[in-house]
Amino acid sequence: MDQLKLIKLQKSVPPSNFRNPKLPPFQNQPRRQRMASLQLRLSFTPSPLKLRQQVPRRSLDLKLPPRALSSAIKAATVNGHPGEDALLKGTTAPAQFSGEDSVALPAGLRRESIPRHVAVIMDGNRRWARMRGFPVGSGYEAGVRALRRMVELCCKLGIKVLTVFAFSSDNWFRPKVEVDVLMALFDRGLREELQYLVSADVRISIMGDSSKLFNSLQALLANAMETTQNNSRLHLIVAVNYSGRSDVVQACQKLAVEVKDGLIEPEDINEFLVERELGTNCTDFPHPDLLIRTSGELRVSNFLLWQLAHTELYFTDSLWPDFGEDEFLQALSSFQERQRRYGC
Amino acid sequence: MCCSFDIQKGFSPMLMIKLLQMMERQSSSLVVRLLGSSASYMRRFLFRVLSVGPVPHHVAFILDGNRRFARKWKMEDVMGYRAGFLSLMTLIKCCYELGVKYITIYVFSIENFKRKPDEVRSVMDLMLEKIEGLLKEESILEQYGVRLEFVGNLKLLNESVRISAEKAMKATACNDRVILVVAVAYTSTDEMVHAAEQCCQDKSVDGKLVEVADVERHMYMAGVPDPDILVRTSGETRLSNFLLWQTSNSLLYSPKALWPDVGLHHLIWAVLNFQRVQPYLRTRRNYLPLSTQ
Repeated sequence: MDQLKLIKLQKSVPPSNFRNPKLPPFQNQPRRQRMASLQLRLSFTPSPLKLRQQVPRRSLDLKLPPRALSSAIKAATVNGHPGEDALLKGTTAPAQFSGEDSVALPAGLRRESIPRHVAVIMDGNRRWARMRGFPVGSGYEAGVRALRRMVELCCKLGIKVLTVFAFSSDNWFRPKVEVDVLMALFDRGLREELQYLVSADVRISIMGDSSKLFNSLQALLANAMETTQNNSRLHLIVAVNYSGRSDVVQACQKLAVEVKDGLIEPEDINEFLVERELGTNCTDFPHPDLLIRTSGELRVSNFLLWQLAHTELYFTDSLWPDFGEDEFLQALSSFQERQRRYGC
Repeated sequence: MCCSFDIQKGFSPMLMIKLLQMMERQSSSLVVRLLGSSASYMRRFLFRVLSVGPVPHHVAFILDGNRRFARKWKMEDVMGYRAGFLSLMTLIKCCYELGVKYITIYVFSIENFKRKPDEVRSVMDLMLEKIEGLLKEESILEQYGVRLEFVGNLKLLNESVRISAEKAMKATACNDRVILVVAVAYTSTDEMVHAAEQCCQDKSVDGKLVEVADVERHMYMAGVPDPDILVRTSGETRLSNFLLWQTSNSLLYSPKALWPDVGLHHLIWAVLNFQRVQPYLRTRRNYLPLSTQ
C-alpha cells in the first residue's frame, strides 16, 4: 500500500525548480539538481525521456512492481528496436494483434466480472502539465499517450466498448488558443493512430455534435469511422463536442418529428425508443458498466446522463496522463467487489 | 434528538429495537430536553461557522442501506426503514438549521417494485403512516415553513398512498422556507420519457426545435433547481437512476455509513467539500443553456 502511495507521489512530483520551502536553497542543492533545474527553465518543452534521465527521482530507490514496467520493457524490445521512441511515446510499437496476445488476467481478477463497457472521463491533463511547468499542450499530448495505453489494455483484457470523453460542449468556453491546440491534436492524433487502429482491430465511432468542428476534421473522422467500421475487437467511442443533456434533447427532437409525421403516437414513447436515438446507438452495449473519472473530481460533468443509470462510478486521484495499467487494474478490482442490484 | 446509530458492538438487537421505539415515541423527559437543547445550541454555532462560506441551496439524498442496517442488528427489514426515517428527520432538521432550501430524498424507485411483495407493502404502509403523521402535525410544518412535494409516477402507487401524498402537497402548498421533495415511484429515465412524451404533445413545441428548456419544463423536477450535492450512503458509488439529468454538475458524496448511521458529521464533511469546489461548479452551471439556478 505504501509502495503504491509512493508510486503515485513519484508520478505526480513537481519539477525540481518548483518553489518548495522545504528544499535547500539553490546553492546548496547537488550539482546534478541545479543543472536539471536550469535546463528546465531554459527549455520550452523538455522531452519526458530527458526529464527522467536528468532529474533525480526517488523512484530509483524503489522496487517498482514488474507490471508497471512491463509495457515499457515490451516497448523497448519489440522487433529488436531499443525503446527510446517507444518510451517517448509511452506506447508499444504497432504490433500485429492476434488471439494469443490476450494475456491471462492478473491475479485477483475474474474474467466473468470484467466490465463489457468502460467509460472514462479523461480529466487532469492541464493540471499534470502545470505541475511540471510544461505548457498545456504537453498535458494533452500526454493524455493522448495515456489513451493509447488504455486502448491497448482494453484490447488485452477483452473489454468490448470503451467510451472516452474527449471534448465537452462546455469546453468551448476555454481560451481559444487552448481549444485550437486541442483540435490540432485531434487531427494529428487521428492521422497518426488510424493505422494502429486498423491493425489492432479497433472500431472507432464519434459521438456528439461534430458539425461545429473544422471541415477537414469532420472529413477525417468520417473516413476513420468508415475505415474501421468492420473491426470487432474493441469499439472505441470518442465523445467530441458532447453533452449528455443535448444528447437526450436531440433524441426528443427526433421523436417529436416522428410523432409529427404520424409514425408513432406520443403515448408509444418509451425508454427503448429514446435509447435508440441517443449517441450510443452505434453499439450493442450502450450502458457503461464502469465509469472512471481521474484527477479526484467527484462529478459526472454532463457525460452520458441517460446511460449512467446503473453504472458503477470510480473516482481516482491520479491525473489522466498518469493513469496506467496499475490504476486501471485497481479500478477493475474495485468494480469486481461491487454488488450490482439494479434496484432490487 | 440529534444522534446517529453508529453505536458500539455491545448493543443487542432487542436493545436496539427498544431504543428505536423510544425515539419514535419522542420521550419528553427533562433530561432529554436539556441534552437536546445544548446539542442544538452547539449545532447552530457550528452552522454559523459553516455559513461563512457558500451553503448548498439544494441537497439530494439516496437513502441506501436500511436493509443492511436491519440485517446488521438482526432485525426485520421494516425496522431498518423505521431507523432510516429517524435519521431522515435528523438530517432534515440539520439542513433546515444550516439554511438549505431544497432537500430531495429518493424514497422509492420504480425498480424497487421488483422486490418481494411483502417488502413493497411494508414500505408503502410505513410511507402512509408517516405521511398521515405529518398531516396531523400540519401546524408544525406551517410554523417551520416546510412544503412537501411528491415527484415521480404517482399513478404507480396504490390509491391510499397517492391520495395522502396529494393531500399533504395541498396542505403545505403555501409554505416556502424549506421544500422537501420526496421522490417516490421515480426513476430518471421514466422522468425523461415522460418529458419527451409531454414535449411531443405540447402544442407550443409542435413544428419547432425541441430545446433544453422545453424538456426541463416537463420534468417532474421542474421548478426545483439542480442539486448542489448528491449524497449516497452505504459506500456505493452509483446513481441508481436518480436525478441523472439534474446532477450533471453536482458534487457526488458517498460516505461508507449506512443510511440509519448517517449523522451530522457526514453533512458537515459534504458541505466542506462543496465549499471547496463551489466556485468551479458555479461557472459550469452558467455554461449550461437555461439551466435552473
